Amino acid sequence: MQEAMIARAKELLADGTVNRVIGWKKGEFAYDITPAIFETPEEINKDFVYDDFTAANVSKYLVKESRREGKILAFMKPCDTYSFNQLIKEHRVIRENVYIIGIPSWGKLDAEKIKSMGVTGILGAQRDGNDIKISTLYGEEKLPFFDVMLEKCKSCKSKKHVIYDELIGEDGEVIDSNRFDMVEQLENMTAQERYDFWRAQLSKCIRCNACKNVCPACTCEKCVFENPASGIENKAAVDSFEENMFHIIRAFHVAGRCTDCGECSRVCPQNIPLHLLNRKFIKDINLLYGEYQAGADTTSRAPLTDYTQDDCEASIVHERGVE
Amino acid sequence: MQINENKEFQPLIVAFCCNWCSYAGADLSGTNRLNYPTNVKIIRVPCSCRVNPMFILRAFQRGADGVILCGCHPGDCHYTSGNYFTRRRMTLLFSMLDFLGIERDRTRVEWVSAAEGAKFAATMNEFTEAVKKLGPNRRLEDLRCRKQ
Amino acid sequence: MQRIGVFVCHCGTNIAATVDVKAVAEALGHEPGVVISQDYQYMCSESGQNLVKNAIKEHKLSGVVICSCSPRMHENTFRKAAAAAGLNPYLVEIANIREQCSWIHKEIATATEKAIILGKAAVAKVHLNAPLTAGESPVVKRALVIGGGIAGIQTALDIAEAGFDVDIVEKEPTIGGKMAQIDKTFPTLDCAACILTPKMVEASQNEKIHIHSFSEVTDVKGFVGNFTVTIKKKARFVDETKCTGCGLCTEKCPMKKVPNEFNMGLDNRTAVYIPFAQAVPKVATIDPNYCMMLKNGKCGVCSKVCSVGAIDYKQEDRYIEEKYGAIVVATGFNPIELDKYDEFAYNQCPDVVTSLELERLMNAAGPNGGTLLRPSDKSHPHTIVFVQCVGSRCDDSKGKPYCSKICCMYTAKHAMLIREKYPDTEVYVFYIDVRTPGKNFDEFYRRAVEQYNVHYIKGMVGKVTPKSDGKIDVQASDLLAGEQLHINADMVVLAAAIEPDKTARPLATMLTTQMDTNDFFTEAHPKLRPVESATAGIFLSGACQGPKDIPETVAQGSAAAAKAIGLLCKNSITCNPCVAHSDELMCNGCSSCEKVCPYGAITYIDKEFRMPDRTTAIRRVASVNPAVCQGCGACTVACPSGAMDLNGFSNSQIMAEVDAICR
Repeated sequence: MQEAMIARAKELLADGTVNRVIGWKKGEFAYDITPAIFETPEEINKDFVYDDFTAANVSKYLVKESRREGKILAFMKPCDTYSFNQLIKEHRVIRENVYIIGIPSWGKLDAEKIKSMGVTGILGAQRDGNDIKISTLYGEEKLPFFDVMLEKCKSCKSKKHVIYDELIGEDGEVIDSNRFDMVEQLENMTAQERYDFWRAQLSKCIRCNACKNVCPACTCEKCVFENPASGIENKAAVDSFEENMFHIIRAFHVAGRCTDCGECSRVCPQNIPLHLLNRKFIKDINLLYGEYQAGADTTSRAPLTDYTQDDCEASIVHERGVE
Repeated sequence: MQINENKEFQPLIVAFCCNWCSYAGADLSGTNRLNYPTNVKIIRVPCSCRVNPMFILRAFQRGADGVILCGCHPGDCHYTSGNYFTRRRMTLLFSMLDFLGIERDRTRVEWVSAAEGAKFAATMNEFTEAVKKLGPNRRLEDLRCRKQ
Repeated sequence: MQRIGVFVCHCGTNIAATVDVKAVAEALGHEPGVVISQDYQYMCSESGQNLVKNAIKEHKLSGVVICSCSPRMHENTFRKAAAAAGLNPYLVEIANIREQCSWIHKEIATATEKAIILGKAAVAKVHLNAPLTAGESPVVKRALVIGGGIAGIQTALDIAEAGFDVDIVEKEPTIGGKMAQIDKTFPTLDCAACILTPKMVEASQNEKIHIHSFSEVTDVKGFVGNFTVTIKKKARFVDETKCTGCGLCTEKCPMKKVPNEFNMGLDNRTAVYIPFAQAVPKVATIDPNYCMMLKNGKCGVCSKVCSVGAIDYKQEDRYIEEKYGAIVVATGFNPIELDKYDEFAYNQCPDVVTSLELERLMNAAGPNGGTLLRPSDKSHPHTIVFVQCVGSRCDDSKGKPYCSKICCMYTAKHAMLIREKYPDTEVYVFYIDVRTPGKNFDEFYRRAVEQYNVHYIKGMVGKVTPKSDGKIDVQASDLLAGEQLHINADMVVLAAAIEPDKTARPLATMLTTQMDTNDFFTEAHPKLRPVESATAGIFLSGACQGPKDIPETVAQGSAAAAKAIGLLCKNSITCNPCVAHSDELMCNGCSSCEKVCPYGAITYIDKEFRMPDRTTAIRRVASVNPAVCQGCGACTVACPSGAMDLNGFSNSQIMAEVDAICR
């Protein structure tokens, strides 16, 4: 896959279709792979990578990149295309300035999970049926692939690209995942249990802003949390209220716009399951206002900018669920 | 200044009322001398759809024990569609607060028309009682703002 | 530094009996920025207002808080007083300590405490009040009326009478609408054409009225006082300026088998046609679907016989753009399609007709020259059954949930006219209820029953079956007698429900006006603003707003005209300054605000910005038109970045109130 992508990228650079490429490059370790922009074939040869550790969503970078001179080639996994579509819908990217190549994603590895299984000194990984062979400084280890997959990939919503100019490899299907299971489990707890669960989680927050910075829906020119005039400017959470507030508002701001790409949880250094907040909104929206997948298209009305006269009343929250 | 001779818990209730229906409904309950507790303090907004979830969180942060949002009945909005947006926003917000384990009886949306002075008073009585039962807001309070 | 004055009203004893007003004034006097805090017997009185005015001048106040009755009562009073003393009126805030405090609480201690808190909230808010100036926007002194039926004609005549230019856009080749097709009118039984056609002529001869017939509105931009409308003048292949309406072409046209819409398809017309004798404008139109010259280039007879050379086979649709200050919608109604009503055999039997078809059958200019004959065999019908509420008051998906309002009366009219003209004809009317509110309406209905012996039967018709002998079997139930009936009828007349014209919905989208689920235009207030739409500058005339009979339609047409005239009389309109505005530096251009705006007040512009790194970038940003925005604030919450805020109720103002209350 990586070879095919590199070859195509070089072709498109050479024939002038694009003048740069957004993809991924290796970091210090085999598993710390970050999005990167390549302008020459040499740079691509040197650093370009697409493997089982390549999980980052590149769509947000295109908010800036699509406004620069010339066309950019972007490689996008299925989940990235949903985010990109949503950005088109919100006029945040200029579609014409991006050449999209859809690439398949079969689920990505979570280095933290691998490490927690006692496998360290990771040098690389190779799929082997349902297993993954991990080469390390100390030899080779074999682990069940599903066990070390990223949380966001375990509950993947779709392997289908919703926007692309061309595809490398086969396109997949929208899949019926179990992504709301954990939300439902929480809903079935008592309020006290839920409170305790979220206090334990949100109190870990160090306000590093990684979730906000990685989120492709958080592209505001000026974030309310950094705006002294907003009334909720907040650089560090001082107490439990501010921890709650930051995450409630963050989730509310992306409600109806979040494509459930799962990046927020992936990048959280404290392993807070932030995607559950977004998924709670998605689950509620699907249930109360009809199935809606943000980013599936570029024209439909988002649930929070729409209504019907027969919508349920807010009291439904009181009428259902566990006390 | 706390005037509680019997030390019964007195919740602080913030009520956001739309200018055209609910605020007028509140005025009407005044005109008709229909009592509701002094715990309720009303903030006038042009339309219920003006109420940002931030305002509700802010009220809890600063010491409110309950927040109620009143607007025109669906279909009667002065701005034709404002309260429909309110309804979706608040449903989702309240559901999220519930999901985080915040007591769901601390928040409410009620539609009160300009003619429903009695309903306004009854709603405020009922809501104040419900919040009183819950006791002080602890799950969504800002310790720096705690009184005494 | 703010210099705020606080004034606490006793309202006689209304406030002072339960609120210690002196304590309130004293407490608020210690609030930051407050330089004077007073109480007074009646703040709203002349001397009370003078107190405020003098204090503004004497203490150079930058803000005023009045603790008194509801702002709905006296906010304007105090704003005016402030303005008179040279303070911007929007720097006044009211703390409602009467309706929302003294009147509902009994204990002085707690009521006083609450009054102080309400006062503090008002002081906190006024700290953040900004002086606002109501903007002005000019008014184009020309009106557009969409639809040239009796509603549109009446509106146009009234507006022209007031001295303003007015354009009528009518999609058919002639104005006149449904009323032109009607034979007689209830309850006076005068001839519809005799009262309508003089009005049509009056409209065509009025210098101020410009009729665009065979035209449609295709685009509407702008806002109250300043709409820009694109009108499509459909090609009629006849030069309107040359055609004299002599009708020679229609006589000579060899294509004579075109269903005549004006007569509801009950007879035929030619491919080049004038809808009816009194059409306005009296100009021929060529129907390109039937004209042999236009279809395959063979014929050209009309062109040869036209002495003024008005025929132009090369004519194309033309688009014109015009500016208007006000727009009146008068798109009217149509009877519903009866395809779904197999039980009434409408599509199977030519002798089952709708009421509008019956109007044509009975009209002197109709297919039978005014003699009522069965469409199938041109024989005289002896038994006629009328079925009421066909598609009206339906709770299923086939029909309409509402009452079409006019059917009871026109059916009584039909029944009476038939009995009058053909006393040998038996007339049955099946009804659910007979609804006859209106001047002389119930008397009219009673005359049909008592004088003309029309058989009114409460009950619904279950099935209409055409028989082989040409008769029609009508199976019905008589609810009062509790029996099943079979009537051997010659004709069946269906009172089909009426629905808004199909062009109404796309038009509503263009105008950003609201519609109900039945596609009737929604008025700004169901009781108090019945002829205005919620969108400023758009008015509603006639049945596009709801089912109406002719006098009601004319009344609403005139009312809409009066409202439009009221607007056109102004040179400029003052805008509500409490409107939304977007901070361009923070706006993402994401369109969320635009989607929730009920007035279409938000547009987007691409604007160049200097970036911190000295480059420039073009960004899409929202821009609110203050003349259109009504200040609901829906956009402020939809906006994720907080770029959108509302004057007079800003985020910081509301939060300051929250803080003051919770302090």
